[in-house]
Amino acid sequence: MVKIQILGTGCPKCRQLTEAAKTAAKEAGIEFQIEKVTDIQKIMAFGVMSTPALVVNGVVKVSGRVPSIEEIKGMIINNA
Amino acid sequence: MLNGFSDLLAFHLFKLVPGTRLGEAIHFFIYDTLKIFLLLSTIIFVVAVIRSYFPPEKTRRILSQKRQYLGNVLAALLGIVTPFCSCSAVPLFIGFVESGVPLGVTFSFLVSSPMVNEVALILLWGLFGWKIALLYIGTGVTVAILSGIVIGQLRMEKYVQDYVYETKVGEMSLAAQTFKEKLRYAREYTVDLLKKIWPYVLVGIGIGGFIHGYAPADFLVRYAGKGNPFAVPLAVLIGVPLYSNAAGVIPIVQALMEKGLPMGTVLAFMMAVTALSFPEAVILKNVLKMRLLLTFFGIVAAAIVVVGYLFNAIL
Repeated sequence: MVKIQILGTGCPKCRQLTEAAKTAAKEAGIEFQIEKVTDIQKIMAFGVMSTPALVVNGVVKVSGRVPSIEEIKGMIINNA
Repeated sequence: MLNGFSDLLAFHLFKLVPGTRLGEAIHFFIYDTLKIFLLLSTIIFVVAVIRSYFPPEKTRRILSQKRQYLGNVLAALLGIVTPFCSCSAVPLFIGFVESGVPLGVTFSFLVSSPMVNEVALILLWGLFGWKIALLYIGTGVTVAILSGIVIGQLRMEKYVQDYVYETKVGEMSLAAQTFKEKLRYAREYTVDLLKKIWPYVLVGIGIGGFIHGYAPADFLVRYAGKGNPFAVPLAVLIGVPLYSNAAGVIPIVQALMEKGLPMGTVLAFMMAVTALSFPEAVILKNVLKMRLLLTFFGIVAAAIVVVGYLFNAIL
């Protein structure tokens, strides 16, 4: 089970990243749960200063951009 | 080479006659479009590669050890290369303040980042020449430095929302990107950005190509021309609540210039639109108390007005 978190305060790119992460996880065929973190205090606790950010199993993988689905797959599989 | 290609398209492919008004307008339009998009793609790509070496975390580290003045100058300059999107203004602000970047220095960054960037540079350069482009960049950085210094002097730390100081900022370590990855991201970034801004750029060039010579001096010049001492503050007042990036405001800038408005008034308008906006105020309200928010807007707007008058006086 992989835990995916999307950090962001609700910009269009955060939604893009959420969709991309869902697609990537489904395509990778991995069990996952996804959570959107919009609380600024929680976002800051990760040390992230540019949103959106992608967190896999508690580790920040990407900050400030929306990676490709292939890239996200790699990040998820390495942590499964 | 570009000229030859434009000749080919306008006069051979479209069968327009050189020397006619329409023929020359189309030729000018094709030439300018090719030139500006070539410049845009090259320079956005190069800047994107440079940017990958200045993530916000690094900028914060550089600025956290700096005092006033030097800090303000560095912040304004780093604002040019550090990627910034107004939707990230809140985490960025908290991250800066929490790591000990002085408030005034943080503001220098917040002013410079959206206002001064490679897109503004290229568009002004391509449409109005390199002198105007450099003048805009230079004064934009100056406005950012001065506003930050003034805010720092006012000692308004207590008008930052209280929770900001209580927020715990974690440490993040992203895997370093290889150079090949950096190039790939730079390419994606360039394509994404061009996709977003091309309609504005085309309209901006189109206004230059087609209105050129047609636009008679009209009421705008009579009321907002050099003769009206209130034109600059008025332009800034209209520009402040509006929100747009540098590319989006270019068609308006081009149209105002064609209508004969003085350069200083138009550039002040462009700075006001890109640096300050109503949506940005709403976002910053999350981290600033009303008093500091209004002070910030007031000081930056005043600095832009001064720059506008200065341009009008020297150009």
